[in-house]
Amino acid sequence: MKRFATLFNAIDQSTKTTVKVAALAAYFTEADDLDRLWTVALFSGRRPKRAVTTTRLREWAAEVAGVPLWLFEDSYAIVGDLAETISLILPATLSGDNRPLSQWINDLRGLADVDEAARKAFVLNAWQRLGGSERFVFNKLITGGFRMGVSQKLMTRALAQATGKSEAELAHRLMGNWHPDTHSWHSLIEAEDASADASRPYPFYLAYGLEQEPQDLGAPSDWRAEWKWDGIRGQLILREGAYFVWSRGEELMTDRFPELARAIDHLPSGTVLDGELLVWQAGADKPASFNALQPRIGRKTVPKKLLSEAPVVLHAYDLLEWQGDDIRDRPFAERRALLEMACVDLPSDAPVKLSPQLAFPDWDRLAEYRRDARDAHAEGLMLKRADSPYLAGRKKGDWWKWKLEPLTIDAVMIYAQSGSGRRANLFTDFTFAVRNGDDFVPFTKAYSGLTDAEFRQITAWVRKNTLQKFGPVRQVTPHHVFEIAFEGIQPSSRHKSGVALRFPRMKRWRKDKPLAEANTLDDLNEMLRIYG
Amino acid sequence: MTRAPILSFTDKGIYCAAGDFYVDPWYPVARALITHGHADHARPGMGTYLATDGTLPIMRHRLGDISAESIAYGQVIRIGDAQVSFHPAGHVPGSAQIRIEVGGEIWVASGDYKITDDGLSEPFEPVPCHHFITESTFGLPVFRWAEQATVAAEINTWWSACAAAGKTAFLGAYALGKAQRLLSMLDPDIGPILTHTAVENSNRVLRGQGYTLPATRHASADLIPKNHPGAIVICPPSAMGSTWARRFGPQETGFASGWMAIRGIRRRRAGDRGFVISDHADWEGLLSAIKQTGAENIYVTHGYTDIFNKYLNENGWQSRVIPTQFEGETAGAEEQA
Ligand SMILES: [Zn+2]
Ligand SMILES: [Zn+2]
Repeated sequence: MKRFATLFNAIDQSTKTTVKVAALAAYFTEADDLDRLWTVALFSGRRPKRAVTTTRLREWAAEVAGVPLWLFEDSYAIVGDLAETISLILPATLSGDNRPLSQWINDLRGLADVDEAARKAFVLNAWQRLGGSERFVFNKLITGGFRMGVSQKLMTRALAQATGKSEAELAHRLMGNWHPDTHSWHSLIEAEDASADASRPYPFYLAYGLEQEPQDLGAPSDWRAEWKWDGIRGQLILREGAYFVWSRGEELMTDRFPELARAIDHLPSGTVLDGELLVWQAGADKPASFNALQPRIGRKTVPKKLLSEAPVVLHAYDLLEWQGDDIRDRPFAERRALLEMACVDLPSDAPVKLSPQLAFPDWDRLAEYRRDARDAHAEGLMLKRADSPYLAGRKKGDWWKWKLEPLTIDAVMIYAQSGSGRRANLFTDFTFAVRNGDDFVPFTKAYSGLTDAEFRQITAWVRKNTLQKFGPVRQVTPHHVFEIAFEGIQPSSRHKSGVALRFPRMKRWRKDKPLAEANTLDDLNEMLRIYG
Repeated sequence: MTRAPILSFTDKGIYCAAGDFYVDPWYPVARALITHGHADHARPGMGTYLATDGTLPIMRHRLGDISAESIAYGQVIRIGDAQVSFHPAGHVPGSAQIRIEVGGEIWVASGDYKITDDGLSEPFEPVPCHHFITESTFGLPVFRWAEQATVAAEINTWWSACAAAGKTAFLGAYALGKAQRLLSMLDPDIGPILTHTAVENSNRVLRGQGYTLPATRHASADLIPKNHPGAIVICPPSAMGSTWARRFGPQETGFASGWMAIRGIRRRRAGDRGFVISDHADWEGLLSAIKQTGAENIYVTHGYTDIFNKYLNENGWQSRVIPTQFEGETAGAEEQA
């Protein structure tokens, strides 16, 4: 645990990627197999099953710290991280423990088999024996969420340094359903024949937003364009007669999309598709908007009624595996041709559809497509170089997303709440309103989009212009106008204003705009009529 | 018979009617009693000022030509019907709590304070009273300061590592108080200690009053950085990353503040290192200070007021929150006041 905590500190204390990677690589070289295997697991979001509920952790920590539970909770709200709050609030202690990380994890997993008194004794004892960052790490082992400042990309790079294998190979090895119980360091990282299980996905290739004019990309003939769909990115794997659906966040979503099972009837085993999960009503000529997909998100099981109301299809736009071969190195144009061939015989009710390509003789035509994207229920365009391989992770150069301009509205800040964690001492969470006569009708919250300097400035202002406090929320004088950008708007019965926005954020602090020039409820309703 | 309280909380600040004066007022008033020289407590524009012998030179340095008198710690004077004395607050050199007694009732306005002895500021002195005005900048139980020696060792270890790697260590801290406290914690054997102009100005004033600081060298525009390998530079946070700082070549940045206890804030500062050290009392410090006064009536300002106030009321004190315009409450992670 000491070595792991030291690694954690080295990563946490530095903002420099090279330092983090070097610390990780050194750890992967020195630590024993079980510890380094668990470290890879933890940093890729695999944690031991939670042995103790967070409710108990809070109660026990408050008890040991000698503070009332409400005070613990208020502190937690400000610190923003439960593991950290606990390690800060408990009395300081010197660390005198030499058990390795994997041993601690095993002991924690053992708690599943003992009664609550024994769990409590174990946790309290650990808190007493582990000081400083070791105590924090211990708490993190229980509460989860170990992706701290270490992206998968960074960890893969460190592993590549430590093992001499390529980053792309390692990224693929680390995908999917492995666990320290089912794999050893050797079988996961080193073995020649990585006998992957059938469900193992490929790392997703992610595009950056286009930063320049498309004209600067060169000849249009070198590029392919398609709609950038507004759904859930997914990978559909058909292997050994079974199907698996993975999200971009590496979550196995197979059970959530039972309608995709029928893909097995139409496509051969040994096929892996990259595409977008979208609701597509029978007989429709285009997918439904993102709003229709909303009820399917986050649902682990799907009731029959919902399944018929909001049927999902995979809109396929790339082919990663064909006849059991990994074809990611082949040029996009070639993969696309194979994909079209594979999809040519699909019946119209198949749960897989081919995402069309958009023909464009010149960049102006493409710009016209982009302007029409909202009508197609797309959020913009994807540009892919015809000769590009399918890379792993977010890479610049071959793929670009060219999104629509967001919708915007000028709104008045009426409530402010302080942030937590990174922003514990700033007001960062605001509620915005539109004008309605002399009234202000709240319609959205937004947290992001300002610089730290602007957050500091608005924080000082909020403090001096608070009208009323409701717990952590402050009602402030309606005065400041902000331009709110968002991706979509839909009717909502849960909001007083009757609308809900998608991805609202503060685009600009309109210090130049007086209150009277903020948008009105009528303006908002007009946007709902046009774009809802 | 009820009578007006000895101190009242007005738009201009804390007011004593019996002596017709304000404590740390926010707006110009005829007579201001000042707890310490930080900018949000000692403001310009007052008719006349009263502060401790240790604080006044700093105020003159910052506020220029002011009409002011100074007073020794513990010396009792009469202002109108009030008996007034200043007592060490341990916050920064010269800082004071102000004791005000009228008709046998005693109030203490403590300004900013910490109860641990930092070896430089006059150590905090508990003043028995009936009514105690306390700050609560770090009034949450997650704030627990480590021993100063522990933090000093962390800083010196970091500095040594920077020096060994051929880098200049930049340590950011508020120019008055925190900077000098850090200076006194450094091990001069590691390398040369350089200071930013704002820090050196405060140093000069404090040295002039007899405070002992290690030898420092002013990192002025004509200083040649490569002649001072292995140096540490103490500067205000705003100077880090400036053209002035970039002249020093390869460098690491550290930041010293109580806010560094919180990982999220530490990371937001985006420096290389955060050191948890504060000139304000931590949770236990606040509680022990309050207990030592014996006061039953507490007025909470400056910080996590609502939470701290609720805790005090639950634990037998009569406590209320008073409004503040002290910016030290959350002044970013700068923790100025
Ligand atoms: Zn201060
Ligand atoms: Zn202050």
